[in-house]
Amino acid sequence: MPDLTAKKKRPLWYNLSPLNLPLPGLVSIFHRVSGALLFLGLVWFLFLLDMSLASEAGFARFRAYVGHPLVKLSLLGFLWAYLHHFCAGIRYLFLDIDKGVGLPAARASSYAVLAVSLALTALLGMRLW
Amino acid sequence: MVERTIVGAHYGLSGWLAQRITAIVMALATLVMVCGIWSASPLTYAIWKSLFAKWWMWLSLSLFLLSVMLHAWVGVRDILMDYIKPTGIRLALEVVFLLALAYYTVWAMQILWRI
Repeated sequence: MPDLTAKKKRPLWYNLSPLNLPLPGLVSIFHRVSGALLFLGLVWFLFLLDMSLASEAGFARFRAYVGHPLVKLSLLGFLWAYLHHFCAGIRYLFLDIDKGVGLPAARASSYAVLAVSLALTALLGMRLW
Repeated sequence: MVERTIVGAHYGLSGWLAQRITAIVMALATLVMVCGIWSASPLTYAIWKSLFAKWWMWLSLSLFLLSVMLHAWVGVRDILMDYIKPTGIRLALEVVFLLALAYYTVWAMQILWRI
């Protein structure tokens, strides 16, 4: 029997603060935030690529520039954004073809996206540092 | 039974599809380029430049750069549609970001032709 009294409790107000989001929701908003960040960073990445490939002197300037701690820290942030966007994107491609849409699978894959992107950031970050 | 004809320009569908296709292209290109950069050492200018001159690196980079512009446009448009409600402001921002992406595309081509 459906609970008819439940209808009277409407409207429902959901707490949508990021701290209260279920894991798939967290992955979703991070996907959006990281995408926006990467778009804003695009001009900088093109600048860096251009500088590194332009000339011998440009490459030397690029290496010195990238060696600056603040630049390294920003690059580490962007590295996380890229890896999260990458992993979450793969998850969405599978969801598009109806793979892993059940709640347990969706939760497990969300957890995997968060964990793998953080682990890869740490691994690649350590190597690039 | 009601006969329903789907109308519209289907911009939504083509954008959705373009986002997915460019995502797959970028993911593959990323893996190729990471392998390429990983294998290049010591990292001097000569090695760096000749690495990108290899046909598979050049192809990956050019496909990546082209894809990222399209992919970013779909994403930016989605975000603007979700959060910027006044049509005038949204249109203005869309024009600004579209022009930026067009400029980036030309810049990217310039970088690629110079390699």
